[in-house]
Amino acid sequence: MSRTDRTSRNRPSDEGIGTTSDLSVVEAALRALRSGAPDDLTPRTLVEVGLADSWDLVDTPAGLVVVAWNGRGVAVVDLAGDHDAMERRHLATTGRPLAPASPLPSPWRRAIERRLAGDRRARVPLDLRGRTTFERSVWEKALEIPAGEVRPYGWVAAEIGHPRAVRAVGSALGHNPVPLVVPCHRVVRSDGTIGEYSLGGASVKRRLLTAEGVDLDELEILTRRGIRYVGSATTRIYCLPTCRHARRIAAANRVPFRTTHEGETAGYRACRDCRPRAAA
Amino acid sequence: MDDSELVDRLAADLDSAFGDLVAGHQDRLYSIAMRVLGDRADAEEVAQDAMVRAYRALAGYPSQRTRELRLRPWLAAIVVNVARNRRRRLSDRQPPLRLVLRDGEEQGRWGRERSAEMAAIDRIDRAGWAELLATLPDRYRVPLVLRYVDDLSYAEMAEALGRPEGTLKAQVHRGLVRLRDAWAARERREETA
Repeated sequence: MSRTDRTSRNRPSDEGIGTTSDLSVVEAALRALRSGAPDDLTPRTLVEVGLADSWDLVDTPAGLVVVAWNGRGVAVVDLAGDHDAMERRHLATTGRPLAPASPLPSPWRRAIERRLAGDRRARVPLDLRGRTTFERSVWEKALEIPAGEVRPYGWVAAEIGHPRAVRAVGSALGHNPVPLVVPCHRVVRSDGTIGEYSLGGASVKRRLLTAEGVDLDELEILTRRGIRYVGSATTRIYCLPTCRHARRIAAANRVPFRTTHEGETAGYRACRDCRPRAAA
Repeated sequence: MDDSELVDRLAADLDSAFGDLVAGHQDRLYSIAMRVLGDRADAEEVAQDAMVRAYRALAGYPSQRTRELRLRPWLAAIVVNVARNRRRRLSDRQPPLRLVLRDGEEQGRWGRERSAEMAAIDRIDRAGWAELLATLPDRYRVPLVLRYVDDLSYAEMAEALGRPEGTLKAQVHRGLVRLRDAWAARERREETA
């Protein structure tokens, strides 16, 4: 009688396995307990160590966006659209394959939502491997700009200690892989026009800034009149026009300045929050 | 690719070779976790966690140390430790033997590669054996899983578990006897039922 017959449970008999002392039957049964790993074990593991990125959708003021992430942090924010194109773009920009979608870790999602709502302190871990220190310093600086305010490119350049690198700053902001999470839309041209935006163009940038409370029309009017700073006759402090302190100045006390020099000779000092001299 | 070539590639460029480690070892690590823990979802998390730990360890190793690794016992040791820690955590919160005993995954990838002997074993009640295995104490179950489910040699098991080969042989033998007797007792119960 073969081993199979003896171990078959489909065949009731008084010759079940209990009647044998053959341990090889047990050995064979144990070998049969090997299993194949579930299909998602590979992508999940590679995403966790940061060798592939998963993705999730997040609703934002700029529309529905794809947030690509791995165990190290959020890597890319991109407009939701054609999946194949997105995969190709992702591989080209990060060098990593795009794994199937899976939910963002919930603390990260909450932090992203808080940041989109204007809370700069919400900590979103970012995976920016392969980016230069210059690019990172530009993006970190952009993170300091509060919602509802804007800064000129030159301000960012001066603040990171490269006052002449205005173009490079513009290029780094254009290559920001995580727009919205790093609010590069809050950096505008010093002539008061809005400038480019990688996530859907200037119209999206305008919509985002307006939703945050920036009065772009007023800003453009001021710039056209050559006014780049606003002082308060009561505090004797001058600011960039969108600084939260500038917006609180009552109309009767607002003093316009064309240059920082004009403000300083009038006896005003620079605001310590918006640091207008960096935009000079 | 065999493991000696793989460790050289891991030592040279971890990020480009790690995918091959996952492809080559995930089935066995999942199988070990599955039979130590008895639950598919737990097993998948533990297998993933074990490979993530392996990646982080390799990232910190000097390349010479990586090249000298024997991947099979090294990875087995990691997955057994992760599984044990998880079980300890679970048993703090939950009644013991929360093991889900029927895995219901008879059509796994291994099924397609079975030898004639394995094909014959197909008629064995896998879920029934898995259930009995799950009721064994750890000191028998873990060596049995490494020896038969994972097919490690006693030398590799000694390396993975840090126990002498003689001890492991005795534990495996006692484990086999226990399983055989438990199976027999169960057959008798079913016949008298």
